[in-house]
Amino acid sequence: MNNFWLHPSLILLLGGVLLFLAPARLKKGLLLLAPILVFARILTMAKGTYGTVPFFGTDLTFGRVDALSSVFGYIMALMCIIGTLYGMHVKENAQHATAWVYVAGSLGAIYAGDYITLFLFSEVMAFSSVFLVWFRRRPQSLAAGFRYLLVHVSGGLALLGGMVLHCKAQGSWAFGQLDVAHPTPAIYLILAGFLLNAAVPPLHAWLPDAYGEATFNGSVFLCAFTTKTAVYALCRAFAGMDLLIYLGVAMALYGVVYAVLENDCRRLLAYHIISQVGYMVAGVGIGTEMAINGACAHAFAHILYKALLFMGCGSVLYMTGESKFTELGGLWKKMPWTFVFTLIGGLSISAFPLFSGFVSKSMIVSAGFHERKLWVGMLLMLASSGTFLHTGLKVPYFIWFGKNKPKTEVWNRAAEPPGNMMAAMLIASLLCIFIGCYTPYLYNMLPYPLEALKYQPYTSYHISETLQVLLFTGLGFFLLIKKLKPEALISLDLDWFYRMGGRAFLWLAQKPIQSADTFVGELYRVAGLVPLMFTALLAGRFDNTIIDGAVDGLAESVRGLGRRLRLAQRGEMRQNLALAFAVAAILIVAFLLFVR
Amino acid sequence: MKLARLIEFLRNRLKTVVWVCMAVLALLVLWDATSVDKSDAHTGLERLPAFWSVFGFIGCALIVIVSKWYGHAGIMTREDYYEEPSGKEEEAGPRR
Repeated sequence: MNNFWLHPSLILLLGGVLLFLAPARLKKGLLLLAPILVFARILTMAKGTYGTVPFFGTDLTFGRVDALSSVFGYIMALMCIIGTLYGMHVKENAQHATAWVYVAGSLGAIYAGDYITLFLFSEVMAFSSVFLVWFRRRPQSLAAGFRYLLVHVSGGLALLGGMVLHCKAQGSWAFGQLDVAHPTPAIYLILAGFLLNAAVPPLHAWLPDAYGEATFNGSVFLCAFTTKTAVYALCRAFAGMDLLIYLGVAMALYGVVYAVLENDCRRLLAYHIISQVGYMVAGVGIGTEMAINGACAHAFAHILYKALLFMGCGSVLYMTGESKFTELGGLWKKMPWTFVFTLIGGLSISAFPLFSGFVSKSMIVSAGFHERKLWVGMLLMLASSGTFLHTGLKVPYFIWFGKNKPKTEVWNRAAEPPGNMMAAMLIASLLCIFIGCYTPYLYNMLPYPLEALKYQPYTSYHISETLQVLLFTGLGFFLLIKKLKPEALISLDLDWFYRMGGRAFLWLAQKPIQSADTFVGELYRVAGLVPLMFTALLAGRFDNTIIDGAVDGLAESVRGLGRRLRLAQRGEMRQNLALAFAVAAILIVAFLLFVR
Repeated sequence: MKLARLIEFLRNRLKTVVWVCMAVLALLVLWDATSVDKSDAHTGLERLPAFWSVFGFIGCALIVIVSKWYGHAGIMTREDYYEEPSGKEEEAGPRR
């Protein structure tokens, strides 16, 4: 490292420490300043490789700044500003600090040039983000946080195992495109680590579990960083892997199905993260320049609109204390602006023309159609319909309208959230619309800008196609509204296996294992200890009489022998030596005389 | 609050709003059938007028019906399902 290269994560980590030291009146300024400085730092970073540190015979690269890492770094830093602004009124420093450490982990992973750095920063992400769940301080949050942590630690271990195997075979720790046409078991392990972070079924159940249980502003951070950092890692290493197309399409639809059933608005949004990340994973799987552009553009747009949606629902939760559709309804009178912001998020995620999703999602769908994978395009269009059905219609309708009347105390608490929360939602809304209206802003940042600028989202066919699918979905929604009425039930997902599995394990530990232990103990006492004592008694007798007798006898005979030998000894050392030499001399002389 | 008043204004004229929405849908189909350039279409099927309208409507219905069927097939359960039963210990019964 010749000259110092300021890693953007360092600013956040330092800022996190300063939060605890700064006087209270400077705190709000610091909360705004640190993320803005990070954003500025990312804007000024020239492309290249920086921050290379020798480490046990290899090089750690902390700063690989190229087109792919830049676009992700940019949006992460921007999201950090919005997320911090949204929760700025939260008094507890630790909440801000852990969120920043989490963002720092994400930025560190994005700019990492080797597997070791990548792994370290992804572990930082896992261990800091769990606090965003725990800070809600409900008993359920504690449990959900532990589950989140356990799942992520397993994912981290898969990545660690895979990367060690892979890098030993390759002789290099560099993190780059893998040979996806001939995947080895090591590559599959790395893939499993990334897929878990991207919440690809069947490794997805941690996401709705944790994000639905996090603090109102914690979810805003959570929804942006973990999954999209994983999408970045997939773009970097697994572009063009066919398996990802199938997984991506499956997860796009999986999220939609569970969103129909969900009664908690934030868990619904969490299922839609799975659905939307499905588009990105499918884009990575298609792997053409246009598809990778699409995956990055969609990740960029997604971070903003999903954060906006989580901010809208988070505001409802923050103000009313409720996030279940069955407990909410008719809030348009109390929180109309929050409704409008959430609606903008809903229209963006649904890819309405003039909103951000339209210019990003369609790139992936088009890439699918272009690659003659018609079923990919068609199924992703179907998932689009589902997206609008829930996020664009179900969420706003059942919170702000609907026939349901919330309880009086919920109704009385409901009001527009504090100014900083409104400001954060306003900024995110404006960005969603700006990206949708002015495409070069996003397209110039993509990894293949030339390919991106050739792409035209606003053709009459594309507009007509999208509007038809969405508006007729709307018609379907209002015709089927009775069927869509939220039910105060939960849906079992694959976390059932480890939640009930854990309980089964506990039961196993308490019941059969404990009884087996008692039984073995008793068996040991009866069948082991009693005979053992008896044998010990016998052995003692044997030892006392026979062994001791033999040993004593032996000792007695040795003593007798010694006594007799002693008589042959002379007291003087010199005489003994002289005798010995004399015997030796006689032997030598005899030898010389007779043998020769 | 002006925005709330606007929403109230629209809610009081719900019938009109519904009719306007219907008109928009009809116009959209008409536009698609007459003047949209379909050279970008990926399959022959898409050249049919209002193909994506039908796709959207049937897709939406399919998603709702299939998901609800799946949910009621045993996936949806009571909210306290995961809560530890207090007092007596419960066996972890694989019930799905």
